[in-house]
Amino acid sequence: MELCSFLTLDSFITDPLTHDFMRKALLMSSLVAAVCGFLSSYLTLKGWALMGDAVSHSVMPGVVVAYALGLPFSLGAFIFGVGSVALIGFIKQKSRVKEDTVIGLVFTGFFALGIVLVSKIKSNIDLHSILFGSPLGISLSDVKQTLFISLLVVILLSIFRKDLMLYCFDPRHAKTVGINVFFLHYLLLTCLSLAAVVGLQSVGIILVVAMLITPGATAYLLTDKFDNMTLISVLSAIISSLIGIYVSFWFDLETGGSIVLAQTFIFLFAFLFAPRYGIFKLKKLFAGYK
Amino acid sequence: METINYQNFRIDAENICVDYNGKVALYDANLRLKPGQICGLVGMNGAGKTTFFNALTGFVNISKGKIRINGESVRSAQKDQTIAYVPQNEGIDSQFPISVWDVVMMGRYGSMNIFRCPRESDVQAVKDAIERVDLTDHLSTPIGNLSGGQRKRTFLARAIAQRASILLLDEPFSGVDIRTEKLISELFIQFKNEGKTILLSTHDMIHVREFCDLVLLINKTVVAYGETSEVFTPENITTTFGGISPDFLFGPES
Repeated sequence: MELCSFLTLDSFITDPLTHDFMRKALLMSSLVAAVCGFLSSYLTLKGWALMGDAVSHSVMPGVVVAYALGLPFSLGAFIFGVGSVALIGFIKQKSRVKEDTVIGLVFTGFFALGIVLVSKIKSNIDLHSILFGSPLGISLSDVKQTLFISLLVVILLSIFRKDLMLYCFDPRHAKTVGINVFFLHYLLLTCLSLAAVVGLQSVGIILVVAMLITPGATAYLLTDKFDNMTLISVLSAIISSLIGIYVSFWFDLETGGSIVLAQTFIFLFAFLFAPRYGIFKLKKLFAGYK
Repeated sequence: METINYQNFRIDAENICVDYNGKVALYDANLRLKPGQICGLVGMNGAGKTTFFNALTGFVNISKGKIRINGESVRSAQKDQTIAYVPQNEGIDSQFPISVWDVVMMGRYGSMNIFRCPRESDVQAVKDAIERVDLTDHLSTPIGNLSGGQRKRTFLARAIAQRASILLLDEPFSGVDIRTEKLISELFIQFKNEGKTILLSTHDMIHVREFCDLVLLINKTVVAYGETSEVFTPENITTTFGGISPDFLFGPES
C-alpha cells in the first residue's frame, strides 16, 4: 500500500494510461499474451517449438499478399501458416531429408518470399512493424480481428483442453479409445497459426515464437500439474507484456523486444529459483533454515 | 468342414501387412485369440512387435489383410473401448505434468462426453482401478515422482478403468520391481478368469513359460505360433532371433 502511494511509482503506472494508444496496447497485448500463453503449454509439452518457429515465420508472405489485396491480413497469414505445415509434411514424406532440416528450409523459404514481396509491392506496408510488431499502433480493424481470433482460439482450446492434453501425452492411447487424433493434430496446428497471427502484432514475426514457447517453458519448471502449468503460463505471459510495454514507454525501447526480454527474464528467474526444478532449489534452501 | 465363427475370436488378424513409406515392417502375419487366453509376443527389436500392436489398435493402417476384433472392425473396437494398450515405460514422457489420478481417468475419456467431464461412475471406476494396482496412496502424485514399477501399475490401472476386454502390453515386466512383478502376475490370473484376452510382448523367456498359454514368435512375419509347450522350442527361438542359439541368449538350458 505504501509503495502504491509513492508518487513516482504511482505515476509510473498511471501516466501511460492517460494515452489512448497505451491503454489499447496494454489491453491488446495482454489478450494476445494470454492466448499465446494458453497454447504455449501444449506446444512445449508436445515438443513443437521448432514448428512454432516455422509457422510464425511462414505467415510473412501471407501478411504481405493480404495487405496488397486489401484482405484481412489474418486470412493471408493463416493460409500460409497452415500451408507451410502441409508442405513440411509433404516434403518429409516424399524425400529422405530429415524433419528438422525440412522445417528449417521451408520456413526460411517462405520468409524470404515475404521479404522479396515487400520490396516489390511498393505500398504502405511497414516492413518494420511486421518484423518487430507495433503494439502501440494498433488500428481499430486490427483490434476487431485480434479480438475475434483470440476468442476463437480460447474457445477451441477450452473445449478440447483435455483431449489436447491426452494427444500431447499419449496419442496412441487416444487413438485406441476412438478419439480423433488426426483432428486434434490439425486443431493444434490451426490454433498455432492463429496465435502466431495475433502474436505478430505484439512482438512481430521474428519474435512471436518466444510468445509461443517461453511462457510454457517457464511454467513447466514451476509445477507438476497441467492445469497449474496453463495458468502460470498465461499469467507470466500477461505480466511480461505489461512490463515490456511500460518499460518501452518510459525508456523509449522497442516494444516487441522489451516484451520478449521480460519473458526471458521471468524464465531465467524460474530456471534459477524454481522450488523443485530450479538450479538453486529454493525449497531446499528454505528447508535448511527451519 | 467346420465354418469359422469369427465371433468366437477376440482377436482375429489374417495375413496382415504393414509398411511405412514402402518399408515393410510386418507381412502375412496371422493371430487368433479367444477370451481368457494369454499370448506372448516374442521377437527381436525391430521384428515388428510394436507394429503388430499398432495395427491392432488402429494406430497404423494395414496395407493388406484383415483384422477383426470380436468379429467387428478395428474402428468399432475403438468406439466400444474394447482394446487397452499399456505402453512400455520408455514409450511415455515421464516428465509430463500429470498425476496418477489424471492418467487413470484417461482410460475413461473414450466413453465420456466431449468435454470429458467425469461422471460418478467414471470416478468410481478410476478409484477401483487404482485400488487394484495398489496405488491408492499416490492418487495425486505426479508420474515423474513414481518408480518404474509404480508407473507401470498406473498404466495398468488405466487399462482396468477402461474396462477393455483385450489388453495389449508392451514389455510389462521390463524395469519393474519384484513387488510390481508379483502384482502384475496376480492381475493376469484375475484377468484370465474374467475372460479378458491378453497379448504381451516380452524379452524375458521365463515369463513366457510362466504366464503364456500361447506364444507368437515373429521376425517381420510369423515364425511360429501355437501352444507355448509345443512352439516355444530352442529351434524356433533360434530362427526368431536370426540364428543365435538360445543357449547364447539365455544361458545353458535351465
